[in-house]
Amino acid sequence: MNHQTRRRSEGHQFSHVLGAETYGFKNLAELMAKATPARSGDRLAGVAAASAEERAVAQMTLAEVPLKTFLNDVLVPYEDDEVTRLIIDEHDSEAFNPISHLTVGDFRNWLLSDDTTPEQLIQARMGITPEMAAAVSKLMRNQDLIMVAKKCHVTTAFRNTIGLPGHFSTRLQPNHPTDDVTGIAASMLDGLLYGSGDAVIGINPATDNVAQAIKLMTLMDDVIQKYQIPTQSCVLTHVTNTLEAIEQGAPVDLVFQSIGGTEATNSSFGFNLNVLEEAQQAALSLNRGSVGQDVMYFETGQGSALSANAHHGLDQQTCETRAYAVARKFNPLLVNTVVGFIGPEYLFDGKEIIRAGLEDHFCGKLLGVPMGCDVCYTNHAEADQNDMDNLLTLLGVAGCSFIMGIPGSDDIMLNYQTTSFHDALYARRVLDLKPAPEFEKWLADMQIFNNTTTYELSHGIPPAFSKSLLNVKGRV
Amino acid sequence: MATHIKRQDLAQQQCFVENPWDHLRDFTDARIGLGRAGVSVPTHHLLAFQLAHAQAQDAVHFPLDIDQLTNNLVTTGLLPSDEQPLVLQSQAVDRAMYLQRPDLGRRLDEASKALLNQQTRGRDDVYDLAIVIVDGLSSLAIQQNTQPFLAALDGLLTPPSLAKASLQEMSPKEPAEKKTALNIAPLTIVKQGRVAIGDEVGALLKAKTVLVLIGERPGLSSPDSLGLYMTWAPEVGLTDASRNCISNVRDAGLSHEDAANKLMYLLHESRRLKLSGVQLKERSEEVRLEQSEGQTNFLIA
Repeated sequence: MNHQTRRRSEGHQFSHVLGAETYGFKNLAELMAKATPARSGDRLAGVAAASAEERAVAQMTLAEVPLKTFLNDVLVPYEDDEVTRLIIDEHDSEAFNPISHLTVGDFRNWLLSDDTTPEQLIQARMGITPEMAAAVSKLMRNQDLIMVAKKCHVTTAFRNTIGLPGHFSTRLQPNHPTDDVTGIAASMLDGLLYGSGDAVIGINPATDNVAQAIKLMTLMDDVIQKYQIPTQSCVLTHVTNTLEAIEQGAPVDLVFQSIGGTEATNSSFGFNLNVLEEAQQAALSLNRGSVGQDVMYFETGQGSALSANAHHGLDQQTCETRAYAVARKFNPLLVNTVVGFIGPEYLFDGKEIIRAGLEDHFCGKLLGVPMGCDVCYTNHAEADQNDMDNLLTLLGVAGCSFIMGIPGSDDIMLNYQTTSFHDALYARRVLDLKPAPEFEKWLADMQIFNNTTTYELSHGIPPAFSKSLLNVKGRV
Repeated sequence: MATHIKRQDLAQQQCFVENPWDHLRDFTDARIGLGRAGVSVPTHHLLAFQLAHAQAQDAVHFPLDIDQLTNNLVTTGLLPSDEQPLVLQSQAVDRAMYLQRPDLGRRLDEASKALLNQQTRGRDDVYDLAIVIVDGLSSLAIQQNTQPFLAALDGLLTPPSLAKASLQEMSPKEPAEKKTALNIAPLTIVKQGRVAIGDEVGALLKAKTVLVLIGERPGLSSPDSLGLYMTWAPEVGLTDASRNCISNVRDAGLSHEDAANKLMYLLHESRRLKLSGVQLKERSEEVRLEQSEGQTNFLIA
């Protein structure tokens, strides 16, 4: 400790002596970045540790930092950034009280302790800032991230209930490169008959404008109504497009937006917190939920802030975690970290993608966000289906709220690979993970599953769908 | 129904379940109706997926065969036989660096800059168009699409003579009298390049417009997709907002002829308005929306 005090005079806020070597870290942002497990995006930003030893020393130094420090030593200035203001202004000091005396290292022990119950984690939630969550995650091994995430229960609802322990949902993602109605309907049918779609039926439109969004919303709403599916739909278009669609009377269930962890990132996405507030209120006014009224769907992903040159010198995982403060402000039904989509300049290979997926899920759940994960990769990343199998299984064990569902893992619109309908059934079987209860009942009633305990599908076409299929068969 | 029962009997013998809706694949390239072994993907579909992924990975990692590409352009008359394209290199020295440092892939190395400077030294005239061929993320896309696309483009120019390094511009909508001669810069090929490197090439060549042909990020079912990026008044530091993009150019996507037509329209408008990018609206979007309007959703029929 004496050494640490002495080194501060040389312009280092933190330092650590290891043998003959003294490591200095000029501020909290640098300490956090250098303590981050290795990844290409932090090297690209020039903020990563220069050696494996420096990284390990940064982790030891970070472990000594009191949690209280994060309330005073903000990483992005309060005056410059509305996300920082949100984090500080909404901090609940009463919830923070039970952990306020801890260092980051002690916080890891507290999270893992037998005495810390799921209820206590929920009570502490609003006392934990994103930076505290990010800091502790940097000291945790993958198994720690899984162990604690499993203790963090986050349940949300719209037309069904997402995130109950022992449950696991899927977003049916019937994308098509030209938004072809028959092509989209074919993928929707395929997904529904494989039991996919309880988190949401969500389309990334190929043509991104209000008219197209309304067409796709109507398409999905028609299907949900005809087959009385206890689920919700979403077109993943810009929040301002969805606001306009609501004004034009479109059947909007969930409002989508990509979000980041700094105000400048969000400006580059073309929105601010007021716009999200307005959109949430507009969707709530439609009163379309039957079980609950969580109307927002957010997507995030490490690297988005750096990609927008809006990272303020922070590491990408800390930026990502700050996005969860934005998310939790608006009571989302779903938050999806699209972990491997951004490419190898941010997460180079399967190992980095897997680590990032577990970090995002843990940090999100600790902060009270209904975290799901797009378990995915692009063809220029050093990753393959085996890496995705690993991450899917790990997230299933960790209690991940939902994953994507795509025919045969191949998104022919966005040109990347994510989890298939088959993958979700694999996870259900090996880990005994049930769909949302309302959706599970529907699957049984529709004779899509003939055994919901063993996740066994029916042979052939369920009766409710056979007539529609005969229609389209006649056209071939 | 009889056919369905037959299918199932057959499927049981095959140890996997077929999906009686697999004929819907006529309507989409999505991997629907794969059937299942238990709840898993049947072996033949699993292997087909592995092959597609292998092809996409090879497209990323195989180096561009510049000799083969050059020969191809010469034999089809798109490049004079006595002229070699200028081969340039970004600051990313290999694929591993290229994939992790997009910033380096956007800038030319010193030798390439010197080569281009030497090219323009003592010249007063300004090129109207520089065509820059960049390997990008799919050498396969460049290898397969460069020649047919340039041939299609050449066919829209009068006289069709990319090889003579001077040609005439014609808008598809304009009458023949309005043709104007274009002064075309020497062809360049860039190794380990990103889209923005075209701006530096165009600026050093003193070209009014730069057209980048680049291998796009390969999809599982589209390892060979070519992207076209056009920029008016190229200079280092421009963003995507200054560029117009035509994507998915390949045999199974946007045809070379359609891509050339779109490009000629953009080029003409860009030269008329002296700008490019978001301010230069591409008119084909609205057409596509109208075409799909008449379709019905069979699930609610």
